[in-house]
Amino acid sequence: MKYIQNFWRYRFLLAELVKKGIKLKYRRSYLGIVWSLLEPIMTTIVLTVVFGTLFNNKDRTFPLYILTGRLLYSYFSKSTKAALKSIRSNAGMIKKVYVPKYLYPLSAVLFNYVIFLISLIVLVILGFVVGVYPAWYWIKLALPLFILLVMTYGVGMILATVGVFFRDMEYLWDVFLMIIMYTCAIFYHPERLLKSGHAWVLKVNPLYGVIGNTRNIVFGNSLDWSSMFYAVAFAFITLAIGLYVFHKKQDEFILQI
Amino acid sequence: MGKKALRVDHVSMKFNLSSEKVDSLKEYVLKSIKREVSHDEFWALQDVDFTLEKGDRLGILGLNGAGKSTLLKVIAGVFKPTRGSVERHGKLVPLLELGAGFDKQYTGRENIYLYGAVLGYSKSFIDSKYEEIVKFSGLRKFIDVPLKNYSSGMKSRLGFSIATVVDPEILILDEVLSVGDAKFRKKSEKKILNMFDKGVTVLFVSHNLAQVRRLCNKAMILEHGQVKAFGGIEEVSALYEKMLEEA
Repeated sequence: MKYIQNFWRYRFLLAELVKKGIKLKYRRSYLGIVWSLLEPIMTTIVLTVVFGTLFNNKDRTFPLYILTGRLLYSYFSKSTKAALKSIRSNAGMIKKVYVPKYLYPLSAVLFNYVIFLISLIVLVILGFVVGVYPAWYWIKLALPLFILLVMTYGVGMILATVGVFFRDMEYLWDVFLMIIMYTCAIFYHPERLLKSGHAWVLKVNPLYGVIGNTRNIVFGNSLDWSSMFYAVAFAFITLAIGLYVFHKKQDEFILQI
Repeated sequence: MGKKALRVDHVSMKFNLSSEKVDSLKEYVLKSIKREVSHDEFWALQDVDFTLEKGDRLGILGLNGAGKSTLLKVIAGVFKPTRGSVERHGKLVPLLELGAGFDKQYTGRENIYLYGAVLGYSKSFIDSKYEEIVKFSGLRKFIDVPLKNYSSGMKSRLGFSIATVVDPEILILDEVLSVGDAKFRKKSEKKILNMFDKGVTVLFVSHNLAQVRRLCNKAMILEHGQVKAFGGIEEVSALYEKMLEEA
């Protein structure tokens, strides 16, 4: 009860921090927020050219396939990195005034989420271009996208806590993110890997379940419930662990930064 | 007996003064193998215990490193005490580090909202007080300029104006009566004295004994994190003067 009250008291600060993240990200660039649309388009073009040729993929919808994977992965990677650094980068503030500390990783995860949601516009546009039109069943996207947020926040809280005590985590996490990127089938079709006996590589990665099911919905296929359940379970377990370790260690942060 | 405003209950604060701070995994592993993870303990505060009633104005005296700022930060909630607890009754305004939470890429206007939020104000409250803040700071001409182009005096003027826009029940002052230029200093002193008249409870740290005498009705001497004396302003400040002569 006390926590809810405290959260309610600081809701305006959370909104301000989220706003600040979005505003400052694109301040002083000529195109501003348009970059959040332009950047995924440009990287998708590059990836399509490279991997389309490499795998000799002639499918018209392949760019859309890449874009969905890339948007979700880049949200996950940007947010977790921001959350990892959130305590250190706000050290000046933490040392001087009392603010509930979970607001820092939370705002990092949320402001990236808002930018991510805006960038989904690109998905719709590209869908029109390649002939995959929005349909009422896209409403189901709410499930994987919500799980993505929960998962990111859970992982972010754990990383934020660990990052305070061990600076090396920043570098380790970069390597880890690369492994995650290659094992969530962003720019290749997973079928061959799934049949090869190395399927566990994908199945163990919860982000694969989220990305795979987002694609299933976008392309009108049926959901893969086993990978979805795995992602849901993973998301809520990490969230619980994240909240627990963060809460347990937060009073020591100030002695470390 | 007046109403209780602040209760500092046997507060102790420990810092680990490891000469080599261990903050990388490799170092930690290596050092724990070599059993070198040192824990040099340093008690910045030891068993500090006192109660203030509503309207009390406490001057905190002590040399550098006596634990004054740590005590204020514990009371403000920035540090969580290692032992003991702090009970606050009513809205607390710490004029500790003015403008902690300012963003230098933000304009003055945006910073008013951001810093206000940091201090726990609501949006509607800041909306209603916005005019007053700008007017008091005297920075209307620069309000849409990014903060990085402000001088340090301008920044603290803005910080002071935002922090003092509420009527606090507890006010924490760390030598901030010297904000900005002479004109602004006069204005800010007047504002603080106004709060005093409204019966605010004050914690005041200063090295200026005359100022403490003028403003406070109670005083406390801190030495090495321990309370050496606590009581009426006259007796404690006399004791402090004697202490300084001996030193």
